[in-house]
Amino acid sequence: MELKERVSQMQEKSKSAFADGNMMARAMKDAFVKLAPRTQAKNPVMLLVYISAILTTGLYFLSLFGIRDQRPGYIIGVAIVLWFTVLFANFAEAIAEGRGKAQADTLRAAKRDVEAHKIPSAGQKDAITVIPSAKLKKGDIVIVKSGEQVPGDGEVIEGAASVDESAITGESAPVIRESGGDRSAVTGGTTVISDWLVIQITSEAGESFLDKMIAMVEGAARKKTPNEIALQILLVALSIIFVLVTVSLFTYSDFSAKQAGMSNPSSITSLVALLVCLAPTTIGALLSAIGIAGMSRLNQANVLAMSGRAIEAAGDVDILLLDKTGTITLGNRQASEFIPVDGVSPEELADAAQLSSLADETPEGRSIVVLAKEKFGIRGRSMSDLNIEFIPFTAKSRMSGVNYNGNEIRKGAADAIQEYVAEQGGSFSAQCEEVVKAIANQGGTPLVVAKNRKLLGVIYLKDIIKQGVKEKFADLRKMGIKTIMITGDNPLTAAAIAAEAGVDDFLAEATPEGKLKLIRDYQAKGHLVAMTGDGTNDAPALAQADVAVAMNSGTQAAKEAGNMVDLDSSPTKLIDIVRIGKQLLMTRGSLTTFSIANDVAKYFAIIPALFMAVYPGLSALNIMGLHSAESAIFSAILYNALIIIALIPLALRGVKYREVPASKLLSRNLLVYGVGGMVIPFIAIKLIDMILVGIGLF
Amino acid sequence: MNSVLQYGLYIAILVLLAIPLGGYIAKVMRGEKVFLTRVLAPCERGVYRLLRVKQEEDMGWKKYAGCALLFSAICLAVLMVLHMIQNLLPLNPEGLPGTSWHLAFNTAASFVTNTNWQAYSGEATLSYFTQMMGLTVQNFVSAAVGMAVLFALIRGLTRVKQNGIGNFWTDVTRSILYILIPLSILVSLALISQGVVQNFTPYETVTLVEPIALENGTQVTQQIVPMGPAASQVAIKQLGTNGGGFFGANSAHPFENPTPLSNLMEMISILVIPVALCFTFGKCVNDKKQGVAIFLAMMIILLGALTVTAVQEQGGTAQLEQDGAVDIRGENQAGGNMEGKEARFGIATSVTWTVFTTSASNGSVNSMLDSYTPIGGMIPLLLMELGEVAFGGVGCGLYGMLAFAILTVFIAGLMVGRTPEYLGKKIEPYEMRMAMLICLATPVAILIGSGIAAFLPQTAQSLNNSGAHGFSEMLYAYSSAGGNNGSAFAGFNANTPFFNVSLGLSMLFVRFVPMVAALAIAGSMARKKKVAVSAGTLSTSNAMFIGLLIGIVLLVGALSFFPALSLGPIAEFVQGMA
Repeated sequence: MELKERVSQMQEKSKSAFADGNMMARAMKDAFVKLAPRTQAKNPVMLLVYISAILTTGLYFLSLFGIRDQRPGYIIGVAIVLWFTVLFANFAEAIAEGRGKAQADTLRAAKRDVEAHKIPSAGQKDAITVIPSAKLKKGDIVIVKSGEQVPGDGEVIEGAASVDESAITGESAPVIRESGGDRSAVTGGTTVISDWLVIQITSEAGESFLDKMIAMVEGAARKKTPNEIALQILLVALSIIFVLVTVSLFTYSDFSAKQAGMSNPSSITSLVALLVCLAPTTIGALLSAIGIAGMSRLNQANVLAMSGRAIEAAGDVDILLLDKTGTITLGNRQASEFIPVDGVSPEELADAAQLSSLADETPEGRSIVVLAKEKFGIRGRSMSDLNIEFIPFTAKSRMSGVNYNGNEIRKGAADAIQEYVAEQGGSFSAQCEEVVKAIANQGGTPLVVAKNRKLLGVIYLKDIIKQGVKEKFADLRKMGIKTIMITGDNPLTAAAIAAEAGVDDFLAEATPEGKLKLIRDYQAKGHLVAMTGDGTNDAPALAQADVAVAMNSGTQAAKEAGNMVDLDSSPTKLIDIVRIGKQLLMTRGSLTTFSIANDVAKYFAIIPALFMAVYPGLSALNIMGLHSAESAIFSAILYNALIIIALIPLALRGVKYREVPASKLLSRNLLVYGVGGMVIPFIAIKLIDMILVGIGLF
Repeated sequence: MNSVLQYGLYIAILVLLAIPLGGYIAKVMRGEKVFLTRVLAPCERGVYRLLRVKQEEDMGWKKYAGCALLFSAICLAVLMVLHMIQNLLPLNPEGLPGTSWHLAFNTAASFVTNTNWQAYSGEATLSYFTQMMGLTVQNFVSAAVGMAVLFALIRGLTRVKQNGIGNFWTDVTRSILYILIPLSILVSLALISQGVVQNFTPYETVTLVEPIALENGTQVTQQIVPMGPAASQVAIKQLGTNGGGFFGANSAHPFENPTPLSNLMEMISILVIPVALCFTFGKCVNDKKQGVAIFLAMMIILLGALTVTAVQEQGGTAQLEQDGAVDIRGENQAGGNMEGKEARFGIATSVTWTVFTTSASNGSVNSMLDSYTPIGGMIPLLLMELGEVAFGGVGCGLYGMLAFAILTVFIAGLMVGRTPEYLGKKIEPYEMRMAMLICLATPVAILIGSGIAAFLPQTAQSLNNSGAHGFSEMLYAYSSAGGNNGSAFAGFNANTPFFNVSLGLSMLFVRFVPMVAALAIAGSMARKKKVAVSAGTLSTSNAMFIGLLIGIVLLVGALSFFPALSLGPIAEFVQGMA
């Protein structure tokens, strides 16, 4: 199967997790597997339900032998609903894991065992020993030729080649990997499609990036985050209180009944049911699903977090360090002007520039063709007519151009062209140098054009601010997040672009040390900082930042220093990551609020029903008008179980996220999940009660 | 209408006095110069020299907590012994015998924990020496310990990356010297002017103006009038949210609270320090709005409670009117349920006192709660069950409320998409665990205590009433201990070994578990860095937060006690409706 196809299939699969039949079946099976006591013990709130289910089942069997506090049919009914409550919680977790498992399966397919061509050293390329990739050790040196798969994670020590990394990133365009510098890291499972590479392996078998990635998306490495633990403490504490409430209610009820000369109206079955209703089972059941789903949403955005903690930190971030290129400006600059030098006419420069760019499919290339046409009416020509040979851009030459009729036109960075012209015996004029400098000073990129050995002039490539970024930054500001533009430009240019893009601040002529200092300064003021980076020299700053996203295209050092890896290597990802982090925390908080708010209605359903016999006046509190004590309790636990299923989609999707200030977010979520949480169960329990009575169960 | 004016006036006087006092306390806490420094600084230094306290020492939370516990343990032991051997000690003109061990334990636990639950009647049980050297001393120091712990918590919230949270001994000494003693001197002198007794003379026997015939035919012609150093104890009993009366009838007794003016002073004294501490808090965290927010949350709970009780008591019940026991039409008198209330105070003043005293963990009374209407009696019960955080005891009320604030920011903070923080400090599992201990200590103590008591056959014998009202009497006793309040519903004989010991343990649990937890939070917060505030931060001083905080306090209380209240006052209320 084509890699690209497989990737798109993988994304398709994970999107429709809920609708996918296979995945549903697997989740249902897992729901039963998770009934193992060891699994249950990890979630204290659900453990309480689990024990309650066992207890009521036991009571049912006792009731068959005549030891009963309620009729057996009712006890078994309660027991069944409690078992379903546990199963629903398991199912929620399983379905959340399902997406990750599907992603992991696809990744595993990429990780097939290949033959590795081991060589003793970079100098002895022909002394190949063929061993299976699983046997490779850290430090081994291998050679990978065009068409072969890279056998493991490593560092290129010799050669340059284009590599297809779509198996990991889903991005079909090949990338260049070469020895030295920031493009030297290769990942196992990717394929060399041109030239060859000598690679030194940097990870042991089983610990490769792909292995880590599989473990991560599968959730195998998942640990509870501090926030989850803190929330769990709250839930456990509430559960303890409710255990005490129900136990003391038994003695209260005994006391009150004795005073009235009656028998105790509250049975163990009813009190266990009351306990399960009151315990925060909704959030208890969905808590781990919410965490896994958050991780999964991040994976879908092609970002791998090294821990759940990193996602939560993303929600807290209030300073975003954004690289100018690709985030604020279009990564591809556009031609805005032709500046001829050394007496060349503008038309001549434009003509040559267009010719050299005809076959250049990059956006810069196309923008040159368009500009020449607009400014000088030079129409695009067919390459075959003129017998033109296109010379593509390579990592080595750093130029592209055309050869035709014995002429050579080249365009490229100033230093590359300078070298080229010098080789041909020409010279790089002072005027050209000045123009290049002037353009660079204004934040533009100069592209020098030469024909044979003569310099024609410079193409001014300009930064184009992305559409909508200004609004985006304004929204972020409303949420209390400051954006800081990082650029290598000089302060003057940087200030101009910063003002146009509407960022809060900028760091010009950014050096790795400068970035590190900036991060430290903000952290000292109590801010949490997020950044992206790719180069080895970004590693210290990445290690310092609270949320550090390393580009997958970056070096091994950068990836190790960061706590997330962006497979797309897209600089705008940071904003998505913050969104996902916030959404995860909001979902957790909203469902906790909902769960606790539900208790109010449950009390009103159960307490009056339970004690109407002792104090008939309490029927005034039975505002739902439920049929009987039994039907009221049964309806409440049934609601309690069903609400878990009903909320699974929300737990997986996350609550609605908007870029508004904290106070607005709070009032909205409070209205929906707090007030909603109080009202919904009143209606739902009444409905269930009516249905149960309607079908003659009570 | 007249009574609404009264309520408004009481609250206004309270707040107007509390605001400047709050500023004064903040200065004392930080060891800054105040107008009394010149007089008191030598005393302060003398105390440190005597106790060999290193004034400059900055304690970590464990040492601070260790000192607080050790100090309280010594107080507990001394007080217990004092009770049991009072017959051997001076100032015992009536020759009262030493008390039983269980009563001594109960009373010692009660006064050391600032609960001041009394299973005895002062004039019939305790010598002047025990009252003065035992109880009055504890009235001062137990309040000072509460304030010290609050100071430590405030320091924890404000300090950045430090280990120390202050010095227990200097905090206690300053609280007593600069705050409690000067205020007590003022209040006791004012009370003496109103006729509160202050002497060491033996009880007097007087001939009754009109002899009383008992049911069995005996003629009673004489009455014993108890005496003693009451004024000095009453002042600190009110100011230190202690509440243990010098006489059994507490502030309903004419020698403790003779006039409407003495009543007003005592009533304001109940809440003035707890209210002032809210403003102290705001000042010390350098954001007055934070203090005002906490104050408003507490005040709104208090006003709500006051309104419900006032309406219920003013209205009385249909049964009361039916039997002609109470005139609730309001034509011949102020009207309402006057049963169990002093005629010299009337309904408005009695109700205000009752709500103040139960919201403040004071527990002194000037009317008998057992005779309140069902819902009128439920409100004091509920105020205690909320954990005494709507003002609450001196120091402990506020640190309890701050734990609820932590709980509130935890839930609300998540809803705005951030991991929760309070005053710039992140709330992590450790703080959450400690905050839960503080918030849930009261429900745990009350539910376990009353749950066991409800199961024991002897409980019914201690009750005056049967049915729902009897249940309320039992629940009230455990709520009073579990809230460290100490007020009594009456109608419940608590002086039995079981009740003395179980209530005593309950009081110790509810006092010291939250105290240690609050200090643990202080220690952990002090070590943390401070997170910057942005538009994405949850505000902890706006109306939304105040509402949420009230909501969480009420929700925790309601979820814990709805079943219990339904079987007590609510059942009684709905029975009355039928």
